[in-house]
Amino acid sequence: MFTQFKYWEPYISPFDPCPPMRIKSYSTPPQLYIPFQPKGLPQFKPMEALYRGTLWPALFSPYPDPKKRGDQDE
Amino acid sequence: MWYYEKKLQYPVRVSQCNPMLAKFLIEQYGGADGELAAALRYLNQRYTIPDKVAGLLNDIGTEEFAHLEMIATMVYKLTKDATPEQMKEAGLGAHYADHDKALFFHNAAGAPFTATYFQAKGDPIADIYEDIAAEEKARATYQWLINMSDDPDINDGLKFLREREVVHSMRFREAAEILKEERDKKTYY
Amino acid sequence: MNKQLPQEYYELLEEIQAVDFVLVELNLYLDTHPDDYDAIEQFNTFTKKSKELKVVYEKKYGPLMNFGRSYSNYPWDWKEAPWPWQV
Repeated sequence: MFTQFKYWEPYISPFDPCPPMRIKSYSTPPQLYIPFQPKGLPQFKPMEALYRGTLWPALFSPYPDPKKRGDQDE
Repeated sequence: MWYYEKKLQYPVRVSQCNPMLAKFLIEQYGGADGELAAALRYLNQRYTIPDKVAGLLNDIGTEEFAHLEMIATMVYKLTKDATPEQMKEAGLGAHYADHDKALFFHNAAGAPFTATYFQAKGDPIADIYEDIAAEEKARATYQWLINMSDDPDINDGLKFLREREVVHSMRFREAAEILKEERDKKTYY
Repeated sequence: MNKQLPQEYYELLEEIQAVDFVLVELNLYLDTHPDDYDAIEQFNTFTKKSKELKVVYEKKYGPLMNFGRSYSNYPWDWKEAPWPWQV
């Protein structure tokens, strides 16, 4: 199992002019963790596949982050 | 040989009359990490890539033209009924002066499309890794476009296109594995 | 002349887009998994479904493809609006 978003906290300087974004995030989609798609993965039904953009739930990458936290950017 | 099917790959809808979005969407039409660059990159590389992955380059390259058409549809719908005033307010004054409402291959900043946006080194590993990187860059660009847009219908289309980049990246990574495979032992299927 | 398309046009089109999308996904998958028998079977089943839906669509709304991949009506309707970016 893997997480689809990673988080980090950049250094915040006392001299920064703007209100700081304390937590930054980036997307880590499924292709990073699946070296080669195995046979027989479960599939969406065709209409749902069209709207999701893929036939396989295992390859689906949500965006934006469904777990958007506090003052996080994007 | 190419044939054209008279339908979009995905039903594109635009719910809000906001020509300003068109200024940013054009990045995926004529920009460095956009659909035209992708289509030309893969279709051009396919002549010299090893046969076992040429089919993939052919097919993904073809799908990218379908995506180009989707972006064009979004831009077309957002601008076709805009007055010159609206075009100016949307930041599209310079575009209008040159093109009226016609689409053109430039990026969001106005820089014209160029073949320098992509490469074909002739080395299969270099070419496939360029392709993986291209898909990740396109995915990221869709993220920034989704961030800027609050039109739910456009976002549906952009999320579809972003997910397609995820799947394409997956396929190119598999192609890299296929290229790496030692002749006597099959590591995967 | 402002042609308007009925709701059922959009519904049929969406059904075709869904089936054809499955075909694109399977096609790309099979390009890297040529030995997946079940996927090939599914691909051929969906190909049949796609062709059947398109027979219905083309009878009502005209040709989907040019250069002889679809039949033509009289007068020549390939060039008629709406085009996909207008729909």
